[in-house]
Amino acid sequence: MFDKRVTIFLGHYGSGKTFISVNYAIALAKMNKAVSIYDLDIVNPYFRTIDAKNMLDKNNVELVVSPYAETNVDLPALNAKAYKMLDDLSRYAVADIGGDDRGALALGRFYEKIKAEDNYDALFVLNNCRPETRDIEGAIQIMKEIEWTAKLKFTGIVNNANLGNETTEQTILRGVDFTNELSKITGLPVKFTAVRRDLIGGQLMKIKEILPIDPIKYGDWL
Amino acid sequence: MAEKVLMKGNEALAEAAIMAGCRYYFGYPITPQTEVAAYMSKRMPKIGGTFLQAESEVAAINMVIGVSACGKRVMTSSSSPGISLKSEGISYLAGCDLPALIINVQRGGPGLGGIQPSQSDYFQALKGGGHGDYKLIVLAPASIQEMVDLTFKGFDLADKYRMQTMILADGTMGQMMEPVSLELGQVKEYDKPWATTGTGTHEGRNVVNSLSLSPAQLEEWNISRYERYKIVERDEVMYEEFMMDDAEICVVAFGIAARVSKNAVMEARAKGMKVGMIRPITLWPFPKDALKNASKKVKSFLSVELNMGQMVDDVKLAIDCEKPVYFYGRTGGIIMTPNEVLNKLIEIEKGEAKAW
Repeated sequence: MFDKRVTIFLGHYGSGKTFISVNYAIALAKMNKAVSIYDLDIVNPYFRTIDAKNMLDKNNVELVVSPYAETNVDLPALNAKAYKMLDDLSRYAVADIGGDDRGALALGRFYEKIKAEDNYDALFVLNNCRPETRDIEGAIQIMKEIEWTAKLKFTGIVNNANLGNETTEQTILRGVDFTNELSKITGLPVKFTAVRRDLIGGQLMKIKEILPIDPIKYGDWL
Repeated sequence: MAEKVLMKGNEALAEAAIMAGCRYYFGYPITPQTEVAAYMSKRMPKIGGTFLQAESEVAAINMVIGVSACGKRVMTSSSSPGISLKSEGISYLAGCDLPALIINVQRGGPGLGGIQPSQSDYFQALKGGGHGDYKLIVLAPASIQEMVDLTFKGFDLADKYRMQTMILADGTMGQMMEPVSLELGQVKEYDKPWATTGTGTHEGRNVVNSLSLSPAQLEEWNISRYERYKIVERDEVMYEEFMMDDAEICVVAFGIAARVSKNAVMEARAKGMKVGMIRPITLWPFPKDALKNASKKVKSFLSVELNMGQMVDDVKLAIDCEKPVYFYGRTGGIIMTPNEVLNKLIEIEKGEAKAW
């Protein structure tokens, strides 16, 4: 965790990339690093990085997002400042990419520079409670589709096993087993497990690397 | 019990349709329901089904007519402006008595409006949309589990009554994620002797048609259709009552507005106010009797909707205007907070609110 200048979170639609990107960026900022978070989601206008604006501002994380975010302009637009991700080498960069291969398309204009600098992690965020990545076969299928479109190879896996409000210790531990198996097959390391902060403890303390997650706040009716 | 999975509302709608035996999907992308089509495009080829992105919404709904006439379970989905385009075809489905499932993940209107959530297609779903005398069975889920359960049930109701079921969701319901169980039980098969699948061993051809050359026959069709509607109104009403036992104010809300309102009811209760809620799950048939019964006990009603005031009229009709009915709504894609609803309830209790 935290060992590369650029960290790119990719994965299946709804796998938890935004929550993880936001918390990862804030964790970096808390280590006194200069951090920018880049919302490169060109797929879905709902539930976006900008919903965490208050959290990010408070922790001094710069948010680079489409100028049309939170408006009714439904365009797959990127902010021109997104190039800073690879031009400003003085800052850590966390990139939140849209879901599936469709979302990974946004990396098309960046991958050459990303590879040239060669100081990046491209992490596959996986929640094995999602129906399409419930089995190893499904997970590998989506990994392949994303890699092909992004023109980048994954460098690691993130275990984000969760069932929303019904997440238990068991949910997360089953995710650990699942990602370990995926790791064996793909040869990619499991970089960390994301765990909602209030669930950390008990048997989960056995997990080597944990990124504590503070959820983005929506109304509690949601 | 099988493991639960974490699903987005739009995916849940699509998966539930597949589990209900739907193997034909025709649609056209529009935010915020595009994931229904995206999910179907991935799943249908794997299970021998058909996913087809039509050239327009008008084409998609006409493809639905074709498949339904062949007696197969079929669906389409869209968001508000797309449903307007489909409305002609929906009227034809009704006129032909063809079962179908239509999903509307509502966004702000009128016109192009916006891409954020709304409930402003209540009138469109309930009072026509298309032309002619017809009703849709309109189901309003308020959780992702209900998205699944009501889609599954929606197909059953459509086949059972040869009607069209509409799932009236909204952008937030389509996009939010919740754990769901996909154990839905057996799909009930219905005989469809009217289907245009060849003459087989029976005499004469089946014709699926909404045109009548004789005024008397057209009237007869309409009357017999409305007799079927009466049975649906008698047998298929669904609603949830929440804290209604001693309630003095009854909140009426569906879908996402009901989730917000439920929190407002609990906050009002914490303040010692006697507030309850009736949440229609079927918007048609509307839970008229439940509201009528409530009107004998409560002092007033508050309809909470993501629109300028639509269901509120049906609340007044259901209770024969026996008690004052108030309204609170937001539009443009903005969802009210529980606190806004609570403030309205306080205003009502103090006698400061103006009735609808």
